[in-house]
Amino acid sequence: MLAYLVRRVIGAVILLFIVTAVTFSIFFLVPKLGGATADDLASRYVGKSVGKEQIHQTAERLGFTDPLYVQYGRFVKGLVVGSDYNYGPTTEHCPAPCFGYSFLTQTPVWPDLVARIPVTASLAGGAAFIWLITGVGTGIVSALKRGSVLDRSLMSVALAGVSLPIFFTGLLSLSIFSYGLGWTQQGGTNPLDETNPIWWAYDLILPWVTLAFLYAAAYARLTRAGMLETMNEDFVRTARAKGLTERDVVLRHGLRAALTPILTIFGLDLGLLLGGAILTETTFSLPGLGQYAVIALQANDLPKVLGVTLIAAFFIVVANLVVDLLYAVVDPRVRIS
Amino acid sequence: MTTTEPTPAVQKSSEVLLSVDGLVKHFPIRKGVLQRQVGAVQAVDGLTFDVTQGETLSLVGESGCGKTTTGRLLTRLLEPTAGTIVFEGRDISHLREGQMRPLRRDVQMIFQDPYGSLNPRHTVGKIVGAPFRLQNVKTEHGVKRAVQELLELVGLSPEHYNRYPHEFSGGQRQRIGIARTLALRPKLIVADEPVSALDVSIQAQVVNLLEDLQEEFDLTYVMIAHDLSVVRHVSDRVAVMYLGKIVELADRVDLYENPMHPYTTALLSAVPVPDTKRKGKQERIRLQGDVPSPINPPPACRFHTRCWKAQDICKTVEPPLIQLAPGHQTACHFPENATPEQEATATAAAKA
Amino acid sequence: MTEETQDSVPEPQRIERGEAFLDVRDLKVAFPTDDGVVKSVDGISFQLERGKTLGIVGESGSGKSVTSLSIMGLHPPGVAQISGQIFLDGQDLVASTREEVRLLRGKRMAMIFQDPLSAMHPYYTVGAQIIEAYRVHNQVSKQVARKHAIEMLDRVGIPQPDRRVDAYPHQFSGGMRQRAMIAMALSCDPDLLIADEPTTALDVTVQAQILDLIRDLQREFNSAVIIITHDLGVVAELADDIQVMYAGRAVEYSTAEDIFDRPQHPYTWGLLGSMPRIDRERTERLIPIKGTPPSLINVPKGCAFNPRCNYAHLNGGASETDRPELLDTGNGHMVACHLSPQNRRQAWENDIKPKL
Repeated sequence: MLAYLVRRVIGAVILLFIVTAVTFSIFFLVPKLGGATADDLASRYVGKSVGKEQIHQTAERLGFTDPLYVQYGRFVKGLVVGSDYNYGPTTEHCPAPCFGYSFLTQTPVWPDLVARIPVTASLAGGAAFIWLITGVGTGIVSALKRGSVLDRSLMSVALAGVSLPIFFTGLLSLSIFSYGLGWTQQGGTNPLDETNPIWWAYDLILPWVTLAFLYAAAYARLTRAGMLETMNEDFVRTARAKGLTERDVVLRHGLRAALTPILTIFGLDLGLLLGGAILTETTFSLPGLGQYAVIALQANDLPKVLGVTLIAAFFIVVANLVVDLLYAVVDPRVRIS
Repeated sequence: MTTTEPTPAVQKSSEVLLSVDGLVKHFPIRKGVLQRQVGAVQAVDGLTFDVTQGETLSLVGESGCGKTTTGRLLTRLLEPTAGTIVFEGRDISHLREGQMRPLRRDVQMIFQDPYGSLNPRHTVGKIVGAPFRLQNVKTEHGVKRAVQELLELVGLSPEHYNRYPHEFSGGQRQRIGIARTLALRPKLIVADEPVSALDVSIQAQVVNLLEDLQEEFDLTYVMIAHDLSVVRHVSDRVAVMYLGKIVELADRVDLYENPMHPYTTALLSAVPVPDTKRKGKQERIRLQGDVPSPINPPPACRFHTRCWKAQDICKTVEPPLIQLAPGHQTACHFPENATPEQEATATAAAKA
Repeated sequence: MTEETQDSVPEPQRIERGEAFLDVRDLKVAFPTDDGVVKSVDGISFQLERGKTLGIVGESGSGKSVTSLSIMGLHPPGVAQISGQIFLDGQDLVASTREEVRLLRGKRMAMIFQDPLSAMHPYYTVGAQIIEAYRVHNQVSKQVARKHAIEMLDRVGIPQPDRRVDAYPHQFSGGMRQRAMIAMALSCDPDLLIADEPTTALDVTVQAQILDLIRDLQREFNSAVIIITHDLGVVAELADDIQVMYAGRAVEYSTAEDIFDRPQHPYTWGLLGSMPRIDRERTERLIPIKGTPPSLINVPKGCAFNPRCNYAHLNGGASETDRPELLDTGNGHMVACHLSPQNRRQAWENDIKPKL
């Protein structure tokens, strides 16, 4: 088991390394392939008013003329020990972990990310809680009442939930509950601290429910399919043959086995969302990582885009790792072999 | 026990079709951070036997004895770890996929599960005709005609050509599988539990069909089975396997009437018999426990942990598979039903 | 329908025998499907006393497993249409509520299944599953239940039961798993044990051990046992009485000795002729039953076996039109067949017996 753990962690680290390399290459090769020279890149940081000579010097100082692998090495070094950006007028220090330095806003990327992670985490965590409860619950009920009117109506709602995009359901709910009824504010959020957990939750209810609706629908369908399968397993028949109550048969025996694949997908979904729920955050004007990515993309601010991509990749890889380890906890067959 | 039945004429033609020598297949087990090999499942561990043209040789044994792995080695679905397989004088042990291709016409396999081995999306015509297409065989009157002839041969109707596997019962599906196997007129058929998934009444139909086909096309069968009653019915010779090794190999009559290895004796006496007079009698040999794991098989004689005759030598010296009677090989230090000379031979062989 | 009226007349000798511990009367189980109604069990009756073993023999689709699941009340509600009566110690299970039957399951009647690997929950230890079975029907602490579980494992011959109790099913061998299943089934000391193909998934030497175990435990617990199997050898080992089923009906019912030594139904003959026998001289050829088992949606008219029967032509067309009832031919040997006693004796003496 320990060997398995060590192997998985090493694998995750290697994977993250590869992800940074690939992402970095893409972000710095793409402009180049588009015909932009190192000077063009540098000019974006110092402005076009300065002379060509000065731009070229800036490009050299920032290392844009170096081969890609040197630039990548510098980036990784920055991640580990921090780095200095000397772009002419001043030298900017970017402490570790340095995810890059935005010359457009003249700020290092990392503090921005740190400020936005709690917002995204609040959104993702709350929504996950809601969709897990409602989605799995709906799926169980649907499976047990297979073919009934209830099953069919629940599954129709679930189909709608899977098909309708966030910007539709989000804007619809905003227009009804915020603009129409005035129950919630029209966007933004309070940070979570001891004084205002209620306000924190209250402001997030609408985005939570909107986001959870999408996922709950998918989870309901998944749970239903899983339950239909496990309820036909021999061990469920054995549980009934023992004389267990139907409740115990369904929850302790049927659901227990059906939950494993759901757990896997849940981990990955949560990991993905922690990297930024772009549509939800944009729709509800939440200052999270997703919104940050959108702003950075629109401004063509490559260091920020790179930073947010890496942090998203990090969450996904970690979620993947956690899921695999949890699998071993849940399924004794994985644990022992 | 007197032999009332004449010894079957194994030596119809003593031409050896398939010859196996020292066949070994180990599946590595990897563990730890570096995935080092820490052991191996010793599925097949040193088999030596010949199969002569036109005979039926059965491999019997309990789960984990390696009979299925052996079947897959013989058809080269697996590559042996060591040892040689010689088919018609040609060493096929390590042939590559491309080199095996012409050989696949001559060596065919029938599988246990008539449900799993047929593609549910293909019609019977397509399934049975596939070997012709794969091997680019020209048929005299076209593939369809050839397939319909095959279907008739195995007792199906030619009209079944355009139907799908799910429309058939288990026995009919096994017939489809047999028709496909026969398409290219193979010389050797390895049949892995061909009737064990079928109902009793259907089992008999398929057994009879296999026997008829053998007669008609001079087929050679290697039959892999666990049902000793069926094995006795179909086989000319029987090899009893235990944990990757052959413990006894003999003519059918010899083996069933005069078993020499204690494991064979135990196996035979464990078969439930549809005869109430034997009910509850304690004359039977009851082996204790289960078959040990092939990952860590017991040393020397692998059967010693369950054998009631085991002595110290069984735990230290592996008994060689030697001929104790004509055509009757046994690997045991203390053979059952043996004459004093045979016992002496066994002892001498162990010392050698 | 004439068949209906025939069925509703209870067989007279059944009532005279009085109410047995398990008394199944005219049980019918049907499953409506899109293709039609599948009549899995179409009117069977039998009795079983404590300490006795009934073997139910038949091929796939004969209704033998459906019968056992009906007794246990394990068919999902709304899926199966069940009629008739199943008296367990005088209580009619068909007329009881689901909750009443649930309280009997595991406590008074228990079941073991064919494949012990899939029949045990892979995520719970063997001990936890036995403890659960015990605690449903007994108000005891977990410690007491655990002690009981260890005792049960020891009783069914699992070595080091105090350690194995915490192992998971996949860590057991096939034989050990089936022993653990038996321990679980017997944990509440049931009066009726149903074993559905208990040894089909096991190796032959392990099968022999399990059959011995079932026989020993039955003696010890004095329970009634129903053993369901396709293997005539297995019933010969265990059963006192045997019911041979074909297409949802009983075609022959008698003592094990009668069934094996003096079988009367052509289907039973067919089964015996189909199987190669290790205890007899080897025959050159097996005698299969021609054709295939019928679809339970379109059961052949008259005797369901008539399209596969070699003697149907001797009955002057009755085989194709009238369904034969299960009738006593003497000494409680019951057969559902139109053959006249002379024809039957002749066929058995001349055609069948010499070839077995």
